[in-house]
Amino acid sequence: MRRLLTLGCALLLAAPVVARAQGKLNVIASTEDLASIGREIGGDRITIESIARGYQDPHFVEAKPSFILKLMRAEVLIVVGRDLEIGWLPPLIAQSRNAKVQPGARGYLDASQAAKILEIPTGQITRAMGDVHPQGNPHYWLDPENGGLIAKVIADRFSQLRPNDRAYFQQQLASFTTRLAEAVKRWTGLMAPYKGTKVVTYHRSYPNFAERFGLQVIGYVEPRPGIPPSPGHTLELIDEMKRQQIKIILMEPYFDQKTPNAIASQTGAQLLVLPPSVGGEKTITDYFKLFDYDVNLLVGALKKAGVKPGGSH
Amino acid sequence: MPVFRYGMALVFMATLLGGAPPASAQAPADAAQVRADLDQLRKDFEQLRQEYGQRIAALEAKLTAASASDTPSLAGAGAAAAAASSNGQQPPAPPEPASTSATAEPAIPPEQIPQVPVGAAAGGGSSGAPVYGGSPVAGSNAFNPDMAVIGNAVGATGVNRVAPEPALQLREAEISLQAVVDPYARADFFVSVGPEGAALEEGFITFPTLPGGVLMKVGKMKAAFGKVNTLHPHVLPWIDRPLAMNLVGGEDGINDAGVSVAKLIPNPWVFLEATGQVFRGESEDLFEPSKRSDLGFVGHLRGYQDISESANLDLGVSYARGHNPSGVADGIDAGRFTTDLFGIDATVRWRPLRRSIYHSFLGRSEVIWSRRGQPSGLQRGMGFYASGDYQVGRRWFAGVRIDRSANPTDVSLIDTGQSVTLTFRPSEFSQVRSQYRRTAYATGPTANEFLFQFQFAIGAHGAHPF
Repeated sequence: MRRLLTLGCALLLAAPVVARAQGKLNVIASTEDLASIGREIGGDRITIESIARGYQDPHFVEAKPSFILKLMRAEVLIVVGRDLEIGWLPPLIAQSRNAKVQPGARGYLDASQAAKILEIPTGQITRAMGDVHPQGNPHYWLDPENGGLIAKVIADRFSQLRPNDRAYFQQQLASFTTRLAEAVKRWTGLMAPYKGTKVVTYHRSYPNFAERFGLQVIGYVEPRPGIPPSPGHTLELIDEMKRQQIKIILMEPYFDQKTPNAIASQTGAQLLVLPPSVGGEKTITDYFKLFDYDVNLLVGALKKAGVKPGGSH
Repeated sequence: MPVFRYGMALVFMATLLGGAPPASAQAPADAAQVRADLDQLRKDFEQLRQEYGQRIAALEAKLTAASASDTPSLAGAGAAAAAASSNGQQPPAPPEPASTSATAEPAIPPEQIPQVPVGAAAGGGSSGAPVYGGSPVAGSNAFNPDMAVIGNAVGATGVNRVAPEPALQLREAEISLQAVVDPYARADFFVSVGPEGAALEEGFITFPTLPGGVLMKVGKMKAAFGKVNTLHPHVLPWIDRPLAMNLVGGEDGINDAGVSVAKLIPNPWVFLEATGQVFRGESEDLFEPSKRSDLGFVGHLRGYQDISESANLDLGVSYARGHNPSGVADGIDAGRFTTDLFGIDATVRWRPLRRSIYHSFLGRSEVIWSRRGQPSGLQRGMGFYASGDYQVGRRWFAGVRIDRSANPTDVSLIDTGQSVTLTFRPSEFSQVRSQYRRTAYATGPTANEFLFQFQFAIGAHGAHPF
């Protein structure tokens, strides 16, 4: 009896140790941005894949059974949260048969928990406002500062699940945040002369980006989040853009360019397809290249538009 | 050895609580060692508690300072790096306030910015203190299930002498209540309220994390027979259900109380899922038990494969069996007749990822064979439908469908139908659909009808249909 008990307890105690001594940590991220940050932290100690592609609308990913297979084997699932994936991720998780990645489990990581979240509604909200996110704007990864905060929660979670690799993950984190801090200096330096420039965007994808780089979003091509452009709203927007002399329209690659093009030609503004995610363009292969691309594109356009320091014309 | 057992129990509990240091993985040999470990643990915990208390106090002080200066705080990432390297377990702290803020001043005076982001107001700049993580939790509502109501109003014009429908009716109001039960299960309830009263359409518990990769459901549910039988009316691409559903009990299909077990079959090639279900054996117009042991059985095998990132193929075979009431006379089941159903289904989907919200195609077909034992002899009938639905633009969908079905009790009677549909979706939460339907009935004149439907959903955002 005593031997059996000892053996049983030894096995119980040893089980997690054995599990931790396994190979690479298998991580699935819902978007390519989180996968890129996860890759920076995990290095060669993890395998990481994303579900959504950077060039597709992250609100409308299909819940394909092939994703269930990915989730079934995952030890960590990193999600954007704030209801961004509400239309497709819950059924995938429910069918994954994987206790490790169920919401509330240690393998389920909501990256928004540490990030700076904008546009959290404070009053009564209804769907008359369009597809508002009750927990705030989910496009928060577009502020590189948030990238650093996301990286930290990822490093902490990886360390919890692979305590033997803690030092490695923390070292990777330190390296990432140092490089990011340098890059942020570069990006904000490039954008600094144009601080206060007013822009129009298609969807509410860029509030964090705008705040970080000193842009001021004065209107949207969508009359309300998730609602396609309407003629009335478009006319109002054109008038407003003329009045305020708006020279830049930013849009996501997955929307139709017809209305933004019409607005651009009416107002003389430039239409920029500004990828909001890693993978949004072939050359954007990681989180740094995302901002490299977007900032360079913007600065080029602002120079072309003859925007002078301070955002005036 | 009660002391020994007591000690082992403590070690076990400590392990469960996640506090066991790696050294304890060696399974200590005696109780004294355990006690020492426990004391050490207690000390460690107390020390941690004090550290966290101090940190929280420091944080509070920082927050007060930040809100006093009212500068939206933007951190230097270097600070985050330093914090990260100093302690991996530290909760994410708000970064230091920076005096050189890059935040844009709002274009509109703050008092004009609505509290909620509406329309074109409120740009990138935010007012008030920044929010890091967290989210508002609605107090006592926190644990309420996700609730939604879907209304389905259907109208019909034209002539149908065989199966006439009213000019307009609220065919169904579906109330859904869904929530996680505990770490091991979730629950889904769907109550359908129609012209004939309220009924529980489905109500089941799902255990998503059972050992062996098994997904188990218990309760009343739609059986996993084919595709259309599993779908709620609001996700169908048509206003009605295809004629072939007559073979599986008509409008409601196989929907019964039972147990469902689904397992993925690992293989290197395709997604393969096998589902086995056992039901009470009662399904309107299809199965009826006369004894407790007259159970109904449903089996389904689903194969899925991505053809490309935009296209995929979904194939399934189904089988169902149960007792039918054709042999019941004077309350005695003299005939003991059964009905067997076989089905195959195929779905092809196309949705280009770069334009996923504008264009898509879904082609689907099901063939169902019925073998129904009855006093007049075995009736072998077949039914099928084939349909294609194309998303023309962000809000517009057009579709066609052909269908055919034998009458399960007299397979010489065959109905055929053709339909075209046009759907407009103002948003994810409402749709207006029209359907022209021509049905050639075996037992009456051909019907030409124009159906229209208004469908609207309020409440929680449900999953998108796939």
